[in-house]
Amino acid sequence: MAYVIIGNSAAAIGAVEGIRKVDRETPITLVSSEPYHTYSRPLISYYLAGKVEESLMVYRKKDFYEKNGVKAILGCRAEALDVEKKSVNLANGQKLPYEKLLIATGGKPFIPPIAGLDKKNVKTFIKLDDVKEIDALVSRGSKVIILGAGLIGLKAAEALAEIGAEVVVVELAEYILSSILDEDAAKIVQKHLENKGIKFELGTTIEKVLGDEEVRAVELKNGSTYTCDLTIVAIGVRPNLELVEGTPVNTEAGIVVNDSMETNISGIYAAGDVTQGYDMTYGEKRVLPILPNAYKQGETAGINMAGGNAKWDEGFAFNSISFFGLPMTTAGIVNPREEGYQELEKCEPENNLYKKLVLKDGKLVGHISLNCIERSGILTSFIREKVDITNIAEKLLNENGLIVLEEELRHRKLVGGGAA
Amino acid sequence: MKRVYAKEEYCIGCRLCEIYCILSHSEYKNDLIKAFKKSLQRPPARIQVEEEGALSFALQCRHCDEAYCVKSCITGAMQKDPETGVVFNEKERCVGCWTCIAACPYGAIIKDETSKKIASKCDLCGQNETPYCVQNCPNGALIFSEEPPYKTSVKGGE
Repeated sequence: MAYVIIGNSAAAIGAVEGIRKVDRETPITLVSSEPYHTYSRPLISYYLAGKVEESLMVYRKKDFYEKNGVKAILGCRAEALDVEKKSVNLANGQKLPYEKLLIATGGKPFIPPIAGLDKKNVKTFIKLDDVKEIDALVSRGSKVIILGAGLIGLKAAEALAEIGAEVVVVELAEYILSSILDEDAAKIVQKHLENKGIKFELGTTIEKVLGDEEVRAVELKNGSTYTCDLTIVAIGVRPNLELVEGTPVNTEAGIVVNDSMETNISGIYAAGDVTQGYDMTYGEKRVLPILPNAYKQGETAGINMAGGNAKWDEGFAFNSISFFGLPMTTAGIVNPREEGYQELEKCEPENNLYKKLVLKDGKLVGHISLNCIERSGILTSFIREKVDITNIAEKLLNENGLIVLEEELRHRKLVGGGAA
Repeated sequence: MKRVYAKEEYCIGCRLCEIYCILSHSEYKNDLIKAFKKSLQRPPARIQVEEEGALSFALQCRHCDEAYCVKSCITGAMQKDPETGVVFNEKERCVGCWTCIAACPYGAIIKDETSKKIASKCDLCGQNETPYCVQNCPNGALIFSEEPPYKTSVKGGE
């Protein structure tokens, strides 16, 4: 028996920990194209802003591989997968045989087909090396264009503004953070960011990239032109499917996995941003590129790879993020596009506060909590546990708590935490 | 593992548990007056009383066997001690992103912004003794026990 894990972030680490819950002995080989000890990808914006040193970015302690019997092959790309021979070919020529394989290759930034985005000072914002390159290019007063006002683009914008860059964010949608907020909440966050000096160009995109080897300016579809020293493309991340292309491993938008995190090929598992797994709020398989889901998928895969029995069918989007001290948590379906949903809202722009609960058939399926995030995990748990909140929704709109629950459910919460 | 459990039928909402939680985590562990009069930047209590009419109870971290906060932590700061079962936050690596707050099914993790932003939570008072909240509850509305006080037909939270 030999375990091989391709990847070194949350899903891969979750898998190591999952395997070791069941099997303390069999060696694990972990392969990563990046040369670093496992680190927290979301911390790259903190690193760029100078808030976290590189040594504190480790996702697990330095002795993690050794303690867990992991042979880590770092800085080496897994280039090809031979499903017949059960082997992974590495860039260094090595062929790694496996009994059980986990593909946790994550996502890669999507670059839109705009001519000129291959120039030298166009960067993405996913990996530690990305921010090291950006760090070398910017200083106080640098002019930066960020394409994309999603989570990644705005964390980049915040970090760059904090180190004194002049930031313009260009976004095709009519409002920012459209994957986690609705328009009302987004307007509040946008104003907050504008007060911190970030400029927005919404409902438009880059029409033309000007400059020879380097981008010197961008022309937008709406006619505006901005000079710039650096452009960051952050319009989204797509599953990194290169390793399974041309193999029988089933892919749609991502690698399709079942609730055990196994692919259609027995013995090959996938977890994290590369997958298309079950989202319980939508009742269908979706790509859910968020760290907590990646960890849970990885852990589930690991337990099953080692012969245990685990399922993960409770995935759904949930995020916590702050910009310049303004915190927000969101989960599940926040912008229902179909009939049959009930939405309750509290909107206080003067307090930078917004809260929205989304219900379907009396059950909570999503929430936005802007500047009122206290105890919002209770809402997340109500989504997961499919709690009927019909009679308590109004109270929850004002304050998150457990006292509003009926006795049996309340007692269940009060004694929770144990396995039984 | 031994956990702190609330018995709502005995809780009168006096909030002494919150007071003694603050004391336990202050620099003056044995002096309530000093803890409140001399510590100008008191961190928040890690136990929270909820009250509505005659019903009240105090709740803190459940130290879950399968802890969502640990699995959701983006930095690896939130951990579960494999020996003691205590869920703890390693301050140095916490960046105050509040993902654990969005993940905790009990609402038991608290923002501590007294200095660097960090997630604050019950640490069972270091586990050397019965936690301060339990010791100082005048009504026995908090117990420190292996056995939960309520039997429920469905398993809790997790």
